[in-house]
Amino acid sequence: MLQIISVWIAGGLTLCIFSFLYGDNPVYKFAEHLYVGFSAAYWLIYVWHFTIKQMVINPIVAREPGAWMLIIPLFFGVLMLSRWLPERYSWISRWSIAFVVGIGAGIIAIGQTQGLLLPQLRATILPLATGNWMTNVNNFLVIIGTVSTLTYFYFSRRETGLMSKFSRLGIGFIMIALGAAFGYTIMARISLLIGRIIFLFGDWFHIIKPL
Amino acid sequence: MKKRVPLLITFITGFIIIVSFFVPHRPFGQLETETLIWYAIIFAFTLVIGVDSLVRLHIKHIRKRKKGWWYSIVFFAGFFYCLTIGIISLIQTPNIFQPGTVFFYGYETILIPLQATMFALLAFFVASASYRAFRARNIEATLLLIAAVIVMIGRVPAGYKLWPKLPVIANWIFDVLQIGAMRGILIGVALGAVAMSLRLILGIERTYLS
Repeated sequence: MLQIISVWIAGGLTLCIFSFLYGDNPVYKFAEHLYVGFSAAYWLIYVWHFTIKQMVINPIVAREPGAWMLIIPLFFGVLMLSRWLPERYSWISRWSIAFVVGIGAGIIAIGQTQGLLLPQLRATILPLATGNWMTNVNNFLVIIGTVSTLTYFYFSRRETGLMSKFSRLGIGFIMIALGAAFGYTIMARISLLIGRIIFLFGDWFHIIKPL
Repeated sequence: MKKRVPLLITFITGFIIIVSFFVPHRPFGQLETETLIWYAIIFAFTLVIGVDSLVRLHIKHIRKRKKGWWYSIVFFAGFFYCLTIGIISLIQTPNIFQPGTVFFYGYETILIPLQATMFALLAFFVASASYRAFRARNIEATLLLIAAVIVMIGRVPAGYKLWPKLPVIANWIFDVLQIGAMRGILIGVALGAVAMSLRLILGIERTYLS
């Protein structure tokens, strides 16, 4: 019985959202506000369970070594709540923001260099004489694509002559990449749409066989 | 106090994180993992601020009887329903994020269909946007069109039926041509992110304090 109620609610809400295809309407707005309200509370519960309980309360209760250090993020977290105070005191929340920005900047500076910049550079240094002509051509195209794209984004010098032509080649590569990404995104969205249609006509209306 | 202390905090925390990467010994060694936990804890408090702001906004809508104020009641209905079943489930079971709990039932019945349909709805808007974007007005737009069409057709069984080489070409576009450009973009993004991080740590970029 619970399953049937669940399918009917889910099906009804699915149709509410799809009604937006007709235009902005009260039924869609109802579902939209329900979604915002439900997900706001969902994230509160999620954060309580996975962050506050598992990362703060459990280590303190279990007296894990180093748990006292959690005072630091808790202190800055509580400072964040000073935004609720009058303007005279609410600037204290900047300390927490500065703490988060500092951590984020440090992690990004290291993470992007180690996890993105260097691996991407390393992966671009490809052999051009492997013995397999197809691999050679592919490697050459990857190198040319990377360098020409970087040339297009190099704004420190006016692009003239050969550099301009190379930069234009970069635009070509970027367009192909964007086209491929766009096509891939459309396919991903369509597969989600197919999923919803299978749910509506399979699980709910039983017109088609559910997967 | 209002500007210098936050700048100092940003500098010290950012500097410690960078140093911890180069000094893999105590107390710096574990600091990177530790600070990620700290980051998540402070994020929890920012979420409270965000939800509070959302709740205040909807209370204001209801109080002032703004146009469409009753949608704010729907917001509160969804909010308190999820919060209530969440709290009840937290009291009843240790892990509420597993199938069988009331909370998971609500999640499966309300949040998943709403979220999936919201994203599925985008298929229609992306399709109409692609109609405008894919008009072959010049060489660049033609390249975009050809790449997108080959990837779309090459990724479905119909593409294989049409021409068995189509999926191979689609994969080649992805693995070679797209990789080249994406690598260029990613290297640019990484350089930009590192530069911005250093600007923040050194206090050159201060917009987050305004």
